Amino acid sequence: MSEPSAPNWTVDSVATELLAAADAPRARSAISAEWPGLDVTTGYAAQDAALARRLARGERLTGVKLGVTSRAKQRQVGVDRPSTAWLTDAMALPAGASVPRSRLVQPRAEPEIAFVLGERLAGPGVTAARALGAVAHVVGAIEIIDSRFSGYRFSVADAVADNNSSGFFVTGPVVRRPEDLDLALEACLLEVDGEVVDSATGAAVHGHPAEALAFAANTLAERGRTLEPGWVVLTGGMTDAVPIRPGARIAAHFTHLGSITLDGGDRADH
Amino acid sequence: MSTGTRGSTGSIGTTEGIEALFADRLLQVHRDGRPTAPLSDELADAPLDLAYRIQQRQVAAWQAAGDVVKGHKVGLSSRAMQQQMGVSQPDFGHLTASMFHLEHQPIPAGRYLQPRIEPEVAFVLGAPLTGPGVTVAEAARAVEYVLPALEIVDSRIEEWRIGIFDTVADNASSGGVVLGSRPVRLPDVDLRLAGCTLHVNGDLVATGAGGAVLGSPLSALVWLANTVGPLGVTLEPGHVVLPGSMTRAFPIAPGDTVTTRIAGVGDVTAVLAREEQA
Repeated sequence: MSEPSAPNWTVDSVATELLAAADAPRARSAISAEWPGLDVTTGYAAQDAALARRLARGERLTGVKLGVTSRAKQRQVGVDRPSTAWLTDAMALPAGASVPRSRLVQPRAEPEIAFVLGERLAGPGVTAARALGAVAHVVGAIEIIDSRFSGYRFSVADAVADNNSSGFFVTGPVVRRPEDLDLALEACLLEVDGEVVDSATGAAVHGHPAEALAFAANTLAERGRTLEPGWVVLTGGMTDAVPIRPGARIAAHFTHLGSITLDGGDRADH
Repeated sequence: MSTGTRGSTGSIGTTEGIEALFADRLLQVHRDGRPTAPLSDELADAPLDLAYRIQQRQVAAWQAAGDVVKGHKVGLSSRAMQQQMGVSQPDFGHLTASMFHLEHQPIPAGRYLQPRIEPEVAFVLGAPLTGPGVTVAEAARAVEYVLPALEIVDSRIEEWRIGIFDTVADNASSGGVVLGSRPVRLPDVDLRLAGCTLHVNGDLVATGAGGAVLGSPLSALVWLANTVGPLGVTLEPGHVVLPGSMTRAFPIAPGDTVTTRIAGVGDVTAVLAREEQA
């Protein structure tokens, strides 16, 4: 029994703690176990409070990411809808960068289809068709997710508060217009050290990545937010996330969106 | 049946006896529909070529009864499946005429014991392919066209409790195949990066891409040609080769309707008859 306190958690203290854990970086136990009041709504409030702090220290809000977009994943974690989180400019990695292991606790990679918006998208009532019309272009992406909760053991509310396990992301070299692609069948092969470990198509993402985008617009509207022109939207992992071992070579090959390779980074200091 | 089956040698008579015994047992399961315990329970560490000879005996029995070999299937072609089986290679089985079903035509439900479905791109050969030494280039030349395909895999082993020996002996867990009807030429499709979706009764149950099959489905064709070549088998013009599944196999039941869409290749639908239609 060595917890310094059973802290009186608040939205603010959750945001402070999780941002500090991300900066350290370090992992901790689930906060929901200590604070039953941490539900999904509170989790989003903490996520927004952490974003406010990021912006206050100079980061720029550049988009959103979706998580838990596949039916299989939703069943696995016991939810029936995806979740959203914020992307800032500090989370974007340049092409060819190594995974910044010193800034990550337990990184995993997942290939995604990403949208860059040409128009504002304001819910409620956004359909997939309308959402796709707001997309300026489509790119492939690898998201490097991370969790500030040990072993990725968390409740949905914990994860939401932790900006849905955000870390970094890198986008691919090929830019396509949405009307040129059948995104339900746009495929990705995920390789680790040259071996195909998984494959999937855009249909695995909430039925279609545009459905995920519409969901994001509509669910953010509940919090008075809109998706802005120029924003990047990471629509959610096409495959399961794979752990990124030091020195690993992760590659995502898309049908029409090119290939992205990611160097797993140096072995963390032992 | 105790120690005489261990290892790769033993008297020919003994080995043939074992082959016949297990081939008969599997043929019996095909007749009475009652799955058997894993053969590997009784044949610890038996060599894989024994399993292939058990498979071959069943194929010979089907041929003697009038069935005709129409091609081959490659199984265990994904890394995940190989790891699950503790092997580093695919396996193969035979496709006979009676395994081919027509699209949209209900497949009698009683035909299968514990069926699962897999989306694949079927190769149809226009020229013979004889290993060993077949290259990707030669394999590509031999393919006349590809078709979208749904393979029904099934196991004559209780609850799919199979090891590599069991599935090889059991004709690589073959069941049936439904081919789409629009041929596509190989140069017109990037099989490695072609995406596919699998819907069962309208629900999306899996997605994948051709590269999930040994890095590229064509690799499976090369492997097959080079594996059966030394056994004196040539892959024949007109034969169908199923290279392996692009997704996990998904269990199906009577009454199910299954569709796969494969980018650049097309779609194909398999219908399993309801029980009362069987």
